[in-house]
Amino acid sequence: MSDVRNVVIVGSGPAGYTAAIYAARAQLDPIIYEGSVTAGGALMNTTEVENFPGFTDGVMGPDLMDSMRKQAKRFGAELITDDIVEMDLTGDIKVLKDGSGNTVKAKSVILATGSAYREIGLVNEKRLSGHGVSWCATCDGFFFRGQTIAVVGGGDSAVEEATFLTRFADKVVLIHRRDSLRASKIMAERAKANPKIEFMWNTEVIDVLGADKVEALKLRSTVDGTESERAFTGLFVAIGHIPRSELIVGQIDLDNEGYVICEGRSTRTNQKGVFACGDLVDHTYRQAITAAGSGCAAALDAEKFLAH
Amino acid sequence: MATSKVTTATFDAEVLKSSTPVLVDFWAEWCGPCRAVGPILEEISDEYGSKIKIVKLNTDEESAIAIKYGITSIPSMYVFVNGEVVTQIVGAKPKPALLKDLESFLV
Repeated sequence: MSDVRNVVIVGSGPAGYTAAIYAARAQLDPIIYEGSVTAGGALMNTTEVENFPGFTDGVMGPDLMDSMRKQAKRFGAELITDDIVEMDLTGDIKVLKDGSGNTVKAKSVILATGSAYREIGLVNEKRLSGHGVSWCATCDGFFFRGQTIAVVGGGDSAVEEATFLTRFADKVVLIHRRDSLRASKIMAERAKANPKIEFMWNTEVIDVLGADKVEALKLRSTVDGTESERAFTGLFVAIGHIPRSELIVGQIDLDNEGYVICEGRSTRTNQKGVFACGDLVDHTYRQAITAAGSGCAAALDAEKFLAH
Repeated sequence: MATSKVTTATFDAEVLKSSTPVLVDFWAEWCGPCRAVGPILEEISDEYGSKIKIVKLNTDEESAIAIKYGITSIPSMYVFVNGEVVTQIVGAKPKPALLKDLESFLV
């Protein structure tokens, strides 16, 4: 591909697809790299989204993403189910390389690569990943039918996962470092009212035990440091996310947590013609609707940039 | 060569007694990452079908086998040689990463 595109969008959650819809309607002929296995983004691993405006009865995360994708396609966005593996964003013409070895050049780039699951950082967490340790309740909950499992975390995703897992598990223990949840009130109350969910406050997971599958967790009190062990056959990790900014380190200004820094309320990064949106820039709101909103802003910022 | 479906009834003949290495993709309809990796496995099967046989096992329909092999996350892709599991790949991965994991079977 030797021609120079107006805009390349990298990433395909609500931010990426919304940017594609706006850029396509502005006749910028956008190309969007959706990701080879991550197309649709974080919402692909959720079940029901109850708070996306316009859906009175809620909508399934994957269905919502499928609709956004089709909407982008309808206006002519070119959708590529591949990853971008290399980017040079420093020149006037940006050069990106995809997972199949093709190069694409563009006058502007919209970064919407989102975030990845955060790991606790334990050696045995990694070793037993797929053998009882999971980051996706909707994918793996089914395999824990009738068992006692732990969810670690205290935010919306932890509470949502714990609630979802009670469909399969006999008992779900939510382990949280603090003594109250960060999750939204409605979700926290739903979890507290669920007889299958038990809360372990002020507790952190310090090791995952088991020879070839999860058998128990080693726990430590954050109050007095007391250590204990408790039997579990599964551990679901829901302690937040880390921005997927590894490909742009050194080219785009990031804050000390790795989020892209934008200029004021815009989506402009420190590199001319490079814009960022969605979870990649947002450590505060992290909602489908705020990601979509910032994707829209990125497309409008890119449109304005290209007009000059 | 397209991938094929295995069941409890055919697992022995198709997987355990196969003369070539077999990758079993443990998957289910409702699993987003499984659907993402599905087309990639089809491509690998098309390109390397003579080296490795790729079969799909639906964990909803054939849960006994999934339990037998201790599957707790899907997609899980297990490679069997002479009836033994020799490689375990857990989670959807881009094609280049999968090819790297399967490198030793594809030469």
